Amino acid sequence: MEAIEQHEGLVYALNRANIDTDQIIPKQFLKRIERTGFGQFLFYNWRFHDDGSLREDFSMNDPKYDGASILLAGDNFGCGSSREHAPWALEDYGFKVIIAPSFADIFYNNALKNGIILVKLDEEQIKEWQNRSEDGQLSLSVDLQNQTITDDSGKVVEFDIPSYHKEKLINGWDDIALTLLMEEKIFEFENS
Amino acid sequence: MGKPKTIIEKVWEQHVVHREEGKPDLLYIDQHLVHEVTSPQAFEGLRLANRKVRRPDLTYATMDHNVPTKNRDVIKDEISRKQMETLRKNCEDFGIKLADMFHPDQGIVHVIGPQLGLTQPGKTIVCGDSHTSTHGAFGALAFGIGTSEVEHVLATQTIWQDRPKTLNVKVEGDLGPGVTAKDLILAIIAKYGVRFGTGYVMEYTGEAIRKLTMEERMTICNMSIEAGARAGLISPDQTTVEFLRGREYVPKDEAFDRVSEEWLALATDEGAVYDHTVTINAAEVEPQVTWGTNPGMGVPVSGATPFVAESDNPDEVERALEYMGLEENQPITSIEIDHVFIGSCTNSRLSDLKKAAAIVEGKQVKDTIKAIVVPGSFSVKLEAEKAGIDKVFKEAGFEWRDSGCSMCLGMNDDVVPAGGRCASTSNRNFEGRQGNGARTHLVSPEMAAAAAIEGRFVDVRHFAGVAQ
Repeated sequence: MEAIEQHEGLVYALNRANIDTDQIIPKQFLKRIERTGFGQFLFYNWRFHDDGSLREDFSMNDPKYDGASILLAGDNFGCGSSREHAPWALEDYGFKVIIAPSFADIFYNNALKNGIILVKLDEEQIKEWQNRSEDGQLSLSVDLQNQTITDDSGKVVEFDIPSYHKEKLINGWDDIALTLLMEEKIFEFENS
Repeated sequence: MGKPKTIIEKVWEQHVVHREEGKPDLLYIDQHLVHEVTSPQAFEGLRLANRKVRRPDLTYATMDHNVPTKNRDVIKDEISRKQMETLRKNCEDFGIKLADMFHPDQGIVHVIGPQLGLTQPGKTIVCGDSHTSTHGAFGALAFGIGTSEVEHVLATQTIWQDRPKTLNVKVEGDLGPGVTAKDLILAIIAKYGVRFGTGYVMEYTGEAIRKLTMEERMTICNMSIEAGARAGLISPDQTTVEFLRGREYVPKDEAFDRVSEEWLALATDEGAVYDHTVTINAAEVEPQVTWGTNPGMGVPVSGATPFVAESDNPDEVERALEYMGLEENQPITSIEIDHVFIGSCTNSRLSDLKKAAAIVEGKQVKDTIKAIVVPGSFSVKLEAEKAGIDKVFKEAGFEWRDSGCSMCLGMNDDVVPAGGRCASTSNRNFEGRQGNGARTHLVSPEMAAAAAIEGRFVDVRHFAGVAQ
């Protein structure tokens, strides 16, 4: 996992609650055995017509959001299936930070394993930035170390994140290698 | 006597390998279930890092998500075939037992775990699938994980987990005649929403839960994730013990008696305190039908779709109605369907099929409807055939298929076409879940069976064949 401490980028807002992992990455793309290349399928049924052409009525397809790397979303983002293909698709598409009032539990863990910064903020703040993002010009600067987000008007918003999660993201730690350092404790547990 | 504890705390505490202030706990995993869709990248990760599977003996694999449910000998979909071959190779290379497509123990992972007795009270069970919560019916702490976590469990047999809050979902009273476990869990989610369980492990308690069979308890726990809870469980009792007696992976004879004592002792202590409790009266629950695009968008069959303006989240309701092709305030019994799916890890066990068969016996599926029955496992299929249930379905006009996840998520050929409308016994009615543009209504097996006959939703309590 790549380490991430700071990120500055263009904002795209998807003002919907309960965006489930079936929407983030539909099932027909779960048959691949690779971990990469899922970005092209992100929000597939919302972004594309059946014949594969772009749906102009879906805001994310507007060129003004090209290169967006910070996603604003509604409550309970990532609910539903445990498919890690969802964070793989978001990350591969280019989203490094997702800001929402709440996230589903399994998605939260999966995103963390892939170096995506998840920020929980109250709906009012998200609404404000969502409105301001409509011209495709809003950029935010996320500082994980200091737990702040600064917008282009200079406004600074603080956020909470469990210190353990923060530490992992900043160091880009490989969980398995860390756990294997405790192998003796696992042996002990197995033999007790 | 120490402080009274919930089963959630007891099972958790028994599995802590390492605890450190300010960090999640490192939990030991007793049973890891693996399937073809969420595992290939995990095995690949092990290979790249030159790691082994720590406990192949605690790992069990099957193929369920994209297996065909007919003509299994020829898999036309190359990518699906490759995914299944990859699982076979991974299981060979890493020494993991596999129930492949032609194995007598094959089936939906959440059906075969309990069927084989791999699922037992007090175990920690994980699988790269969110409906792993199903196994909680036995008093196991069971939850879905992502592929990175699958890799972590394969390599270390442990997982890092934040200590959950505990939620008591207490169901008082009795379910009425013709009202099922599926209706109960749908009614709970309709009442409290799709995120009231987030951050919690749920325990279902109360009189109505105690009276449920194990298969009904599995239906309830299966849908805990649809309420946002990673895990939902039920304290073990004599019903649990009797279900497990004699199963393949369960201890035998005196060893079974000893282990059942331990299981029963796991039940939540009198006076244990939960972080939160909600109480439901089972007698008030009616047969349910979902009208929208998440499992919380449901109403009793006697009800109607909501008024947009009167709902808490008008935008969401309006979008859902539009996707579903429904009007506001439209009576549920006016909704005509063209597909029926009886199956999935929620409702594909023998008792589910028996109850649905009792409804359709001697009747005919409406000729505009395509109806399929997909047993949850190869063994369920054989047992049903022994009991003649396959004939009842076939004579009524249903297709009788081989076991797998099938039309619940449409990864194989079993999909609902765009604009099609399905009465489904599965667990998710998300946009596009059963096929791009498909519209899903979640119901019990009995309600799905009655809808197949009538061509629209009807109150199954007015149907012959319903257990009174």
